[in-house]
Amino acid sequence: MTDILNVVCMEMSNSTKSNIALTIDGLSKSYGEVKAIRSLSFTAEKGEIFGIIGPDGAGKTTLFRILTTLILADKGSATIEGMDIVKDYKQIRQHIGYMPGKFSLYQDMTVEENLKFFATLFGNTIEDNYDLIKDIYQQIEPFKKRRAGKLSGGMKQKLALSCALIHRPNVLFLDEPTTGVDPVSRKEFWDILLRLKKEGITIIVSTPYMDEASLCDRIALIQDGSFLDIDTPKGIIAKFKQELFSVRTDNMHKLLKDLKCYEDISTSYSFGKDYHVTFINSVDEKRFINYLSQRGHSDIYFKKISPNVEDCFMLLSRKIQP
Amino acid sequence: MTDREIVIHTSELTKQFDKFVAVDHISFDVYKGEIFGFLGANGAGKTTAMRMLTALSTPTSGQGTVAGYDIKRQPEQIKRNIGYMSQKFSLYEDLKVWENMRLFGGIYGMSESKIKTETENILHRLNIYDERNTVVGELPLGWKQKLSFSISIFHRPKIVFLDEPTGGVDPVTRRQFWELIYQAVEEDITVFVTTHYMDEAEYCDRVSIMVDGKIKALDTPANLRSEFNCENMDEVFQKLARSAKRKGD
Repeated sequence: MTDILNVVCMEMSNSTKSNIALTIDGLSKSYGEVKAIRSLSFTAEKGEIFGIIGPDGAGKTTLFRILTTLILADKGSATIEGMDIVKDYKQIRQHIGYMPGKFSLYQDMTVEENLKFFATLFGNTIEDNYDLIKDIYQQIEPFKKRRAGKLSGGMKQKLALSCALIHRPNVLFLDEPTTGVDPVSRKEFWDILLRLKKEGITIIVSTPYMDEASLCDRIALIQDGSFLDIDTPKGIIAKFKQELFSVRTDNMHKLLKDLKCYEDISTSYSFGKDYHVTFINSVDEKRFINYLSQRGHSDIYFKKISPNVEDCFMLLSRKIQP
Repeated sequence: MTDREIVIHTSELTKQFDKFVAVDHISFDVYKGEIFGFLGANGAGKTTAMRMLTALSTPTSGQGTVAGYDIKRQPEQIKRNIGYMSQKFSLYEDLKVWENMRLFGGIYGMSESKIKTETENILHRLNIYDERNTVVGELPLGWKQKLSFSISIFHRPKIVFLDEPTGGVDPVTRRQFWELIYQAVEEDITVFVTTHYMDEAEYCDRVSIMVDGKIKALDTPANLRSEFNCENMDEVFQKLARSAKRKGD
């Protein structure tokens, strides 16, 4: 038994040296009565984009603050590139970049001063790692003499990312970088992340937007401080075992009520121009469409579809809170 | 459509900060009982436009009426006849659920008895009667958002402005939130809503898309999809917003 354990331990320490960027094991943290995170565990590989996906209040920021060595967990442990988040916190800070959800640069310093300040903190100059931030920083460079507090939201975000990258961290923590950002800018931001991944930087990113899940290598779905599942986006979708259908008619408001009255419906959720529905028993398509016609619906569209991550999230969170 | 009562009317409405034209001659109408989606990229001018419509900012030029009142000359009447739910949670976290309702009812000059019946009404509707004595700061986020919306229409305004009401909310609560919006519409409240979730754009009766201070498109989601030959509203939005010259907000 001890031998097996030794082998396992050796293997683990070897892999720490090779391809593991981050391991967390049983992390818990409470604020008074409120359990912010409950025994979270996962491993992220070097160079992967690992997404922590869940709504506000799920515990994402608490997890990020623990991993970036800003607060202590009540229980559990974590290592980043083999360094312990408690014992080795000083070294860890040299090797990680952190972009908090709330804009935290110096508002009364200019764009350039902020960037220079963060480079200096790590004993670098802006020039040392300029190639890494060039694409991002060039977009705000015309405003380099402007105070950070006077920048627009989009420009603040780009400056914050530049400052988090200027010391070329191995692991980058991005806490909700796209919250409140419009769909076009969100796409642009993800293009930047995919480029950084190519530079070999491990990216741990949180988001409440389920559609960003598919851009991650692996994701952890989080709700009420617990992980619902951890897998590749495809793996998560593959676990959705029910048959899922898309329904649309000429009267969508009425359809919502009529779906709820159909006794064989298990779930029905609006998804843009359609409703996604599952049935308790295997579906009797004719009977269902008849029912909708009798209720006065026309232009009925009904089709089996494959689920997306948001379907999976709702299914998993329902299992926990029936 | 044109016979319907107009609750918001703007004509060439413009706001200029020095040389920067934040809102550039926008003209549109919103009808009674409609869910009107007001979309645009960050920096397109949505917030500035919304601040004029809620009488928090005076237009540089152009005209507008909201709930029948002129936005330049009658800002106080407008404020009394609209509801507003800010992007930032703005109930009092250290007051109890019923105390928040009492406070906002009082601010809008509702009678004691009306406040009492409406309070009961909301507590039952949101299924939070047992939480009426809970301090709002201790409620889960999803409940807070639903409560915040209910309080924004507590005084039965003609129109309610919702500024990204579902940002960061979990997927199930986000859908429940829209059911509350439908209920409000059934009670003849007009809903003016901004969102970055393009699936939610589909739930609106009509949608406008702002690009660089101008309204570039305004129609039902179905008509916009076919006009721009797109599968969904996200594609429509991407097509239009990518033409923007301005960056950021």
